[in-house]
Amino acid sequence: MPTLSSTFAEAFVLLLAFDERVAEIVWLSLKVSGGAVVLGTLIGLPIGACLAIGRFPGKTTLTVVMNGLMGLPSVVVGVVVYLMLSRSGPFGGFGLLYTPTAMIIAQTLLVIPLMAAIARQVVDDAWQRYAEELQVMRFSWWQSVTTLLHDCRHSLMVAVLAGLGRAMSEVGAVMIVGGNIDRATRVMTTAIALETSKGDLPLAIALGLVLILVILVLNAVAFAMRGWAMRRYG
Amino acid sequence: MFPIRVRDLRFQPNGRPVLDGIDLDIADEGITLVLGPNGAGKSVLLRTLCGLIAPTGGTMDWGGGARPERGVMMVFQHPMMLRSSVLDNVALALKPQGVARQQRHLRAMTILERVGLAHRSTDSARQLSGGEQQRLALARAWLTRPKLLLLDEPTASLDPSATAEVERIVREIRTDGTRILMTTHNLGQATRLGDDVIFMSAGKVREHSPLQRFFARPSSEEARLFIQGELPWRLNF
Ligand SMILES: Nc1ncnc2c1ncn2[C@@H]1O[C@H](COP(=O)(O)OP(=O)(O)OP(=O)(O)O)[C@@H](O)[C@H]1O
Ligand SMILES: [Mg+2]
Repeated sequence: MPTLSSTFAEAFVLLLAFDERVAEIVWLSLKVSGGAVVLGTLIGLPIGACLAIGRFPGKTTLTVVMNGLMGLPSVVVGVVVYLMLSRSGPFGGFGLLYTPTAMIIAQTLLVIPLMAAIARQVVDDAWQRYAEELQVMRFSWWQSVTTLLHDCRHSLMVAVLAGLGRAMSEVGAVMIVGGNIDRATRVMTTAIALETSKGDLPLAIALGLVLILVILVLNAVAFAMRGWAMRRYG
Repeated sequence: MFPIRVRDLRFQPNGRPVLDGIDLDIADEGITLVLGPNGAGKSVLLRTLCGLIAPTGGTMDWGGGARPERGVMMVFQHPMMLRSSVLDNVALALKPQGVARQQRHLRAMTILERVGLAHRSTDSARQLSGGEQQRLALARAWLTRPKLLLLDEPTASLDPSATAEVERIVREIRTDGTRILMTTHNLGQATRLGDDVIFMSAGKVREHSPLQRFFARPSSEEARLFIQGELPWRLNF
């Protein structure tokens, strides 16, 4: 049984040597989660803004449901998307199961409620302050949505980051719809789970370190951007 | 749109008479000052006129229509400032009219020159001083060429020179053909700007008369006390 320190040492060696397997897995992770967050931004943020601004029956119910779905277990999303994409499912004909596209779809569904819920909160605060003046200027509700999303762009980075954090760190959904196929659908989290179970701890730890590093860097960048925006726009 | 005829206008949320049967005729020219003590209902009246508050009773006649269609703008005491440049904040007002972005910015720039903010156009709106923000808000409203402009205490908490600047702009907007209704607690300002005065208290219009007559011979005892309380010196007309 290797000691903890020797395991970590081996992990660092893997990283420093820029192991190709590691690089491939990291790259796929970034592509899949990044894609999901781009889609989540395009879909989730407007949904959140509409929930903040719109006045329609069932708004409260929808908000509660959206907030509830924030904590949706990723395996559940995985199973649902699996059923949709499997041969006998309604979208089976596209042959997407066990492809990165399927993984993006699953993670998009996973992050939309989270991103929408955060966006709703952020936009709602701004809407309280702007509603009367936008109404007087006769902004349509869609013009209000776009104006507020733009106005809150820096605070909405929080929603984007939360989405990215959730997507990058989940295992269940990508495991089920991607299948953790080597050199095809293996991402950091599924690789870590697999390598740990196989006993290849150095690789698992190397990937874990990269995962943590990526998330830290993203947060640092976002923090710096917000600081800059605060100084620029107040 | 003019004359605007308001009859027995009421706003009574939970039975509390905030507007208690307002009768008002607003002709198509000039600056009307809405005066009265705190809580008289001045701001609520302006909000009702621009459609932000739905009255619980009474009628309004906007030269035929029951509600104003377009051309009514309101500037608030603390105007909203989007987190973007001064120019963007002003140009915003033309967005609902579907004016193209470049055209919006061109026209916004022209109006910024008239309020003396052209040199600040690329600065962040939120970093402007209170007086500059008020001028920005006036520019934003003016840009749409409103027929009726409602100003709610546009110079509260501004220093004398900023106040003078706002008053100059208000006069220019009037000269441009916009009908103005504004509230203020600055009676000196009222005498400098106003053509006529609406005096309100407890949700009612107590008096609506030409400015000079209001200050020289207020018809109600309440208005007389109000003027004395706020204007300890003598006014000579
Ligand atoms: N949207 C609203 N719904 C219910 N009540 C309101 C609303 N807005 C204001 N009021 C109440 O109406 C009364 C009159 O308020 P208003 O703001 O019109 O006074 P004002 O004459 O503008 O006073 P001030 O000089 O202090 O600005 C206040 O008691 C206020 O609490
Ligand atoms: Mg008021």
